[in-house]
Amino acid sequence: MSSPAPKSPEQSEKSKKYDRQLRLWGDHGQRFLENSKVCLINATALGTEILKSLVLPGIGSFTIIDGEKVTEEDIGSNFFLDNDSLGNSRAQAATMCLLELNPDVRGDYIDEFPENVMKQNQDFLKGFSVVIATALPEKFLIPLSKQLWDAGIPLFSCKSIGLLGYARLQVNEHTVIEVHPDNDNPDLRLDEPWPALKEHLESFDISKLDKKERSHVPALIILYYFMQKFRNLHDGALPTNRAEKDQLRNMIRACGNEEGLLEENFEEAIHYVNTCLSHSKISSQVQSILDDPKCLNLNQDSAPFWVMVSALRELVQTEGSLPVKGSLPDMAADTNSYITLQQIYQKRFNEQVETVQRRVSEILRNVNQSPDAITEDEIKLFCKHANELYIVRGTCIADEYQSSTLDISMYLDDPDSLMMYYVILRGLDRFLSEFNAYPGQFDDQVEPDVVKLKSTIGKLLAEWGCGQVLRDERVHEVCRYGGAEMHSISAILGGCVAHEVIKLITHQYKPLNNTFIFDAITSNSVTYRL
Amino acid sequence: MGESAQDSYQKRWGHLRKVLERQGPFGHPEFEPSPEILEFVMNGCKILVIGAGGLGCELLKDLALMGFKNIHVIDMDTIELSNLNRQFLFRRKDIGMSKAECAAAFINSRVHGCQVTPHYKRIQDFDESFYRQFHVIVCGLDSIVARRWINGMMISMLQYDDGVLDQSSLIPIVDGGTEGFKGNARVIMPGLTACIECTLDLYPPQITYPLCTIANTPRLPEHCIEYVKVVQWPKENPWGSNIDGDDPQHITWIYEKSAERALQFNITGLSYRLVQGVVKNIIPAVASTNAVIAAVCATEVFKLATSCCVPMNNYMVFNDVDGIYSYTYEAEKKSNCLACSQVPQTLEIKDPSKMKLKDLIQVLCESASFQMRNPGLTTYINGKNKTLYMSTIKSIEERTRDNLNKTLTDLGLSDNCEIMVADQTSPNTLILKLKYLIEDVNMD
Repeated sequence: MSSPAPKSPEQSEKSKKYDRQLRLWGDHGQRFLENSKVCLINATALGTEILKSLVLPGIGSFTIIDGEKVTEEDIGSNFFLDNDSLGNSRAQAATMCLLELNPDVRGDYIDEFPENVMKQNQDFLKGFSVVIATALPEKFLIPLSKQLWDAGIPLFSCKSIGLLGYARLQVNEHTVIEVHPDNDNPDLRLDEPWPALKEHLESFDISKLDKKERSHVPALIILYYFMQKFRNLHDGALPTNRAEKDQLRNMIRACGNEEGLLEENFEEAIHYVNTCLSHSKISSQVQSILDDPKCLNLNQDSAPFWVMVSALRELVQTEGSLPVKGSLPDMAADTNSYITLQQIYQKRFNEQVETVQRRVSEILRNVNQSPDAITEDEIKLFCKHANELYIVRGTCIADEYQSSTLDISMYLDDPDSLMMYYVILRGLDRFLSEFNAYPGQFDDQVEPDVVKLKSTIGKLLAEWGCGQVLRDERVHEVCRYGGAEMHSISAILGGCVAHEVIKLITHQYKPLNNTFIFDAITSNSVTYRL
Repeated sequence: MGESAQDSYQKRWGHLRKVLERQGPFGHPEFEPSPEILEFVMNGCKILVIGAGGLGCELLKDLALMGFKNIHVIDMDTIELSNLNRQFLFRRKDIGMSKAECAAAFINSRVHGCQVTPHYKRIQDFDESFYRQFHVIVCGLDSIVARRWINGMMISMLQYDDGVLDQSSLIPIVDGGTEGFKGNARVIMPGLTACIECTLDLYPPQITYPLCTIANTPRLPEHCIEYVKVVQWPKENPWGSNIDGDDPQHITWIYEKSAERALQFNITGLSYRLVQGVVKNIIPAVASTNAVIAAVCATEVFKLATSCCVPMNNYMVFNDVDGIYSYTYEAEKKSNCLACSQVPQTLEIKDPSKMKLKDLIQVLCESASFQMRNPGLTTYINGKNKTLYMSTIKSIEERTRDNLNKTLTDLGLSDNCEIMVADQTSPNTLILKLKYLIEDVNMD
């Protein structure tokens, strides 16, 4: 039943252009990206560097809000402003240069100061997928933060000062289906096989196989056979600690062939002892999502994620475990034995998807949502990654800035902690509000500004109830920068933030939670949860 | 320079001037803030960028905006459609043109005063006299072989005076690499700090499938593709040529044959994209990771050129799959490094009467510390140069092919003899001393 090869969708122009990234986040991730709308407040070098790495992979559209005019300093640090734009609208000049990068992306701009835009139209930011603010003063950042927090739109606040980079993600709630873990343990269910798998596994008696059959039987079947033997010796229990696992390994190892040698598949079975024994348990992370009030109280506005979680919850209640992943790692075996086993896993997966899908349809009907609100592919993807489901509930920047008890004291006891830079950057924010200039902005004010900034920081620390005193040298270093934006530092941070935005848009990969500091002096970085 | 031009220059580079004209507590011990530093960056300092691809485009932009004006770039590749998702100096209309030339032209037109000189060539087309003119070399390469070659070149240029390194012969290498959301950036002071060869084991070996699996017991779509690639293509050779991964007809042919084979074995999951990936050994790439790694490299170049800060010591890994993670550590110099240790290399041979020349070549290709590609071996026997095997030149290959199946003893190679190994991974010839382990012959 040979059928002609289907015309591959991969050959489309778009697939070719985006090939190297589609291999990472897939066509479904790309669709999310192509439907996204990103807003950038202030087209600084950092701002355009972030947008560059979003326009290239193909977001739907962007809007730049910036009331500044292009200065010489801007041209000296910002690649997306050309020489002729000196004195023109920075929003416009940057938009033009960024649009050249990718004809698939739309872009527009508002040549006005962000605070005016927000004042004139409270709802202006509502339609965006993500808002990115660079170099936004505290007094405008706080109302923006509140507004976006209530609207459920993620906000990035970022700064690039001298050799320091800072990025803070504010996201009310963000859900991830595909985490793309670095080491993905296979989901084999040997501890609690479903009837069809159990029947297949038990149809083999390793001790009765001839030499050829022995060398072709998949490692899972070998492992299961010895697990049963182990159980018989231990009142039905599986190994739990290292000594017991070693015992199981030794049982397999002792079972060489006629020549006393151990074949590759037996070696693999030994290898799988560690990774495959306790996989039917639901992780506490996933359990807490299943127990989340959001999937118990569904309504017309519930996001697809929570509808699917609710359906999944019911499957778990009836079957006692998450849907099986339905994929097998490669293992030494003949084609037929391997494929037969693989099909048993796939069949189980498909049945479970169907159950979840039926339940999703019912739920959608019950809460008056369109039956097309969630596609079959989405449900499949969701079930396949059910053991990775992840949720972030973040904190509001306004709360952090207005809090009188910032719990950072524990970091400050270490004089090398990068938390010092967080404190200095907060001091810098306040300095900027008080004096309308960056510390060290003017050549003849560097020394006096060191004193002023130290005093500002001292006040902040006292407000937070921190007893520590910062070392002078770091304060001095930040005053040396005088608010300078160095291109390469903005480019480092720009790349980092762009990928975080892609994570938010595609609902893949765990995003930053929530404050990132890059110290290019020592090339170190750190993440704090504030 | 006129007064207003001077004024605009002062303003344009105001960001850099703050850092270079003011004293800072984290500066290099030799750092003396002054306007002359920026003057050196702009007019004295010469940087070589190797590669004008994902990292290269970013590097050129970053360096140009960090004040460097005198930049050369080497790249032998031309622009393809699949580059455009990240190589942001190129447009659709540029497809088929030289990456180096296109990138240089773009930077020169965007950044006033910047002079990027392109070389649409291979790094091997240049010799020491070319490389010697640069103050720093930055690599944005996807090839390990090319990295090792340039590393070898920089090491061969080092001059020692009574065993003491002449610092003026040292050219720092800043090297970046990315794969998907992972990347690394490092600073190499050839002869002083860990070089590419010192840390060769950081590169993962290529995934290979045993021939018996792909021929007899395929289980994965990859097995089917490999089968078509290594068995069916040479047999049927539909276009009378080697596989060209960039020729859609070739890929389609392999896709169709692999699909047939997959169907025959009930194997699922074969797609055109997978076929392309396996055949071309495609490494996924995104704009963001390239941006981060290139900018870290450019920052290090800036530190090296200005001493405004102590350079990174010396290896940074980056990964933003789960949050944003980076870690910087000091990779250690290997005391017997093939490239930079100046220690004579010996290779222990268990039994020269059993080891054939092809086994020796296999060791050179597969062992973690050599990882050679197609080494050519020569030696001196009785004062006469003798070629043992060389695969790169057809006539010599034919003449020396029979040696592959001879043992070292048969070839007249004695204990402690030296063989000279040439390989594309280095511009230099490696001298390897064979040391025979005299073992008691076990008679059981």
